[in-house]
Amino acid sequence: MMQPYDYVELRVPAKPQYVGVARLTISGLASRVGFTYDDIEDMKIASSEAITNAVQHAYKDGEEGEVVVGCALYEDRIEIMVADHGQSFNFEETKKSVGPYHDHEEGMFLREGGLGLYLIETLMDEIKIHHDEGVTVFMTKYLGGEQVEKDVETVSS
Amino acid sequence: MNLQVDLREENSVQHFKVVGEIDAFTAPALRERLSDFASQQELQAEIDLSDVEYMDSTGLGVFVGFFKQVKENGGHVKITGLSNRLKRLFDITGLNEVMDIETQKDEGGLDDATV
Repeated sequence: MMQPYDYVELRVPAKPQYVGVARLTISGLASRVGFTYDDIEDMKIASSEAITNAVQHAYKDGEEGEVVVGCALYEDRIEIMVADHGQSFNFEETKKSVGPYHDHEEGMFLREGGLGLYLIETLMDEIKIHHDEGVTVFMTKYLGGEQVEKDVETVSS
Repeated sequence: MNLQVDLREENSVQHFKVVGEIDAFTAPALRERLSDFASQQELQAEIDLSDVEYMDSTGLGVFVGFFKQVKENGGHVKITGLSNRLKRLFDITGLNEVMDIETQKDEGGLDDATV
């Protein structure tokens, strides 16, 4: 069931000047998977939104934390996780613990980064959010066309 | 990956030319630059984004804030030179309905196709 993937993890200080650095890295990775220019631009925005949220969380709490960005590169998709707590995460474990994103349940998060979260939802194919010791945003983008089939598979929700 | 804002006045209209990337790092400087003018009565402003290579919600937030404040003071903000990418951001957030925006001209007819 589990498909092979390449995993790349990036840890940056939770400071605004590193949002662009992370964005460029993700852009490069997405290009390796074979995404189109427009899809890559979408992903740059979506991942920046998640990382910006994480940075702002850290700022508000006066912490000098790190943001961890984990990217899993599959043949047909890219999965990006953004966590605002410095601990390096186990990609598979964290993936299991994130739940589907529900508009109404994310009141807090929405108020803070409302537009950003909306953009992630719009620009990516899937988004899941996990609150525990921090916030983890998990998002997926499928290579062109793939998402149609996948949507059909998961339509039961 | 920096941001530059140039300003010139023409026929009582303030023309802002924004060049670079607008994100969490550069947005505060942009906000500050615009805020010097936002409280002017009946400000007429045009913001040219044709040389903005990247923008996300932090940029949208700055422009929405500026737009609101200028409007409250009886002025008007027009955003010009939007690439297809940037236009898309305004479209999917619904801000195109609220704000006065104009897409990039003379861009190989790509913009025409979306009319």
